[in-house]
Amino acid sequence: MHGIQDGLPICFGYFAVAFSLGIAMRNAGMNTLQGFLLSLFNLASAGEYADLQVIAEDAAYTEIILVTLIANARYLLMSASLSQRFSEKTAFIHRLFVGYGITDELFGIAIARPGYLHPYYYYGALSAAVPGWAFGTAAGILAGNVLPARIVSALSVALYGMFLAIIIPPARHDKATAAVVLSGFALSYFSSSLPIGAGMKTILFTIIIAAAASVIAPRKEEADEA
Amino acid sequence: MKHNIYLYILFSGLVSYIIRILPLTLIRKPIRSPFIRSFLYYVPYATLSVMTFPAIIQATEKPAAGIAALAIGIVLSLKGKSLPAVAAACCIAAFIVETLIGMI
Repeated sequence: MHGIQDGLPICFGYFAVAFSLGIAMRNAGMNTLQGFLLSLFNLASAGEYADLQVIAEDAAYTEIILVTLIANARYLLMSASLSQRFSEKTAFIHRLFVGYGITDELFGIAIARPGYLHPYYYYGALSAAVPGWAFGTAAGILAGNVLPARIVSALSVALYGMFLAIIIPPARHDKATAAVVLSGFALSYFSSSLPIGAGMKTILFTIIIAAAASVIAPRKEEADEA
Repeated sequence: MKHNIYLYILFSGLVSYIIRILPLTLIRKPIRSPFIRSFLYYVPYATLSVMTFPAIIQATEKPAAGIAALAIGIVLSLKGKSLPAVAAACCIAAFIVETLIGMI
């Protein structure tokens, strides 16, 4: 139940973002079913944006494989991080299903919970968030620009608000985490004009910042459970 | 169109899924290395902060609305408000600021 509760705001946030993604897919020549399926199978904003550019250009299949790999590479890191939150007793099958649901937001709320990860918490959040994402995309393709721009604009900050609620509280209690967050803001801001894609930037800066923090301020065993 | 859109969807979906389950299924034991443990602990905070700013300011029609959402979000997060509460407050802040700018 907690999972569904925490998944609902993600559902609304996803709907808004997926809606605008749907508008872009329509311009790329995709129909409602194709947009719905792309979102259902990928569950990734940056990855799907990258995909639909490849689709619009009618580029080679190898290109969509490569671009998806790069845009979604951060999920590799999140998956490795999440593997540490599973109890060794958790059945293997849960890893296959939870893995499907690794997104920035769902991962965010999952790591915000103390102790071992309960798969059913994850499924609750997933069951609320996935329909928001997939139907949001379909609605965007169908409805186009019917929704006022101001509403879409306001809804789009919901996800960032959630990110803040995840990263700020631990940063308040731990100086190293605060430094990581501030470095992330700064690097991301000052690199805005560089010609690197958003996905690539996320990968590079994540590795640089997290590695630096691990060398300068390694975690103590028990501190990670907090 | 020379390529089949459904094949595009299939390939991208497969790549996304494999990326997500590989580490999760291959790593079954607790990791002992302090560096790797620390690295994995810091990864999400680095990723989410990189993705939040300045993206939150670029997400709205008017940058001022994004800045308002960012400020409200940080203040409420520091006060320990829940995820949905912070998210909703950010939307409302952005909406109010954009409406105000629209009236000027």
